Amino acid sequence: MLAAIRPDSWNYALFLHVLGAMILVGALVTAGTAQVLSWRRSDGSDSAAFARLEFRTLLFVGVPAWFAMRIGAEWIYSKEKWADVPNEPDWLGVGYITADLGGILLLVSVVLAGFGARRLARADGGSTILARSAGVIALVVLALYLVAVWAMTAKPG
Amino acid sequence: MSRYDWLLFLHVASAFALVAALVLYTVLIAVVWTKDIPTDVARLFRISKVGDVLIAVGSIGVLVFGIWLAIDADGYEVWDGWVIAALVLWFVMGAFGARTGKIYNVARDRARSLAREGDNAPNAELRAMVQDRRGLWFHTGGIVVVLLLLIDMIFKPGA
Repeated sequence: MLAAIRPDSWNYALFLHVLGAMILVGALVTAGTAQVLSWRRSDGSDSAAFARLEFRTLLFVGVPAWFAMRIGAEWIYSKEKWADVPNEPDWLGVGYITADLGGILLLVSVVLAGFGARRLARADGGSTILARSAGVIALVVLALYLVAVWAMTAKPG
Repeated sequence: MSRYDWLLFLHVASAFALVAALVLYTVLIAVVWTKDIPTDVARLFRISKVGDVLIAVGSIGVLVFGIWLAIDADGYEVWDGWVIAALVLWFVMGAFGARTGKIYNVARDRARSLAREGDNAPNAELRAMVQDRRGLWFHTGGIVVVLLLLIDMIFKPGA
């Protein structure tokens, strides 16, 4: 019941878009959880392990999932010929803004998580500021995508 | 927003929670695969708590809001073929999930008890537990079933 009945040729694009978005949300939840758990611990090896987990999850799961979601979105956009519609609906605008802004923030969080994990591994319990920043950004992106899920399903406007 | 819109949002949000839990468990299985030090394994298993909440909320949510949608929405019925297929897949997913959880919970509990006892040396028994092939196969089976559920929901065969 994910959406109304539509031509099968559109369904492949929608499947890619939804699957990518779901895996992306999963990656953000996993990375965010790892970071929040590391905040609650004072042990340096905990912080390093969770920072590494956060970085790898964002890089190897989050980034490919973002591309799947975004490619699926563009594919279904062209299938549904939204470019020919003079006034696009609000939910489509919300989707575009959250997807693209979220993509930039995801990239920033991957870079910060990578440097943060490296620093923690080298200094064994050194500053966690980079990894923490990456975790906060990942949680912000997660919140953005929850808004996008609402906009895509409820389709306001 | 109409009631249909809310139900659809809650149904889809539940599906997102369910898949998020599967992603989290997949990452967890991948990272503990090479670990055999009890504190390392116990530490990593801490993230599974969030997965446990998401899988419970997600799996109940997709079922409840999905059935509610089928009853509420014009054009769909609970006895439509693709809806029945989804219900069957939901139960199969639950069976796979229960078996997977049982196997990995044993590994988590063993790691915790070893860590509590202060035994933090590499442990071959623990490594065998986190590398349990049955657990991996049950988890993979659960992922395949969820993919089939998503295909069923989007393509709605027979609708």
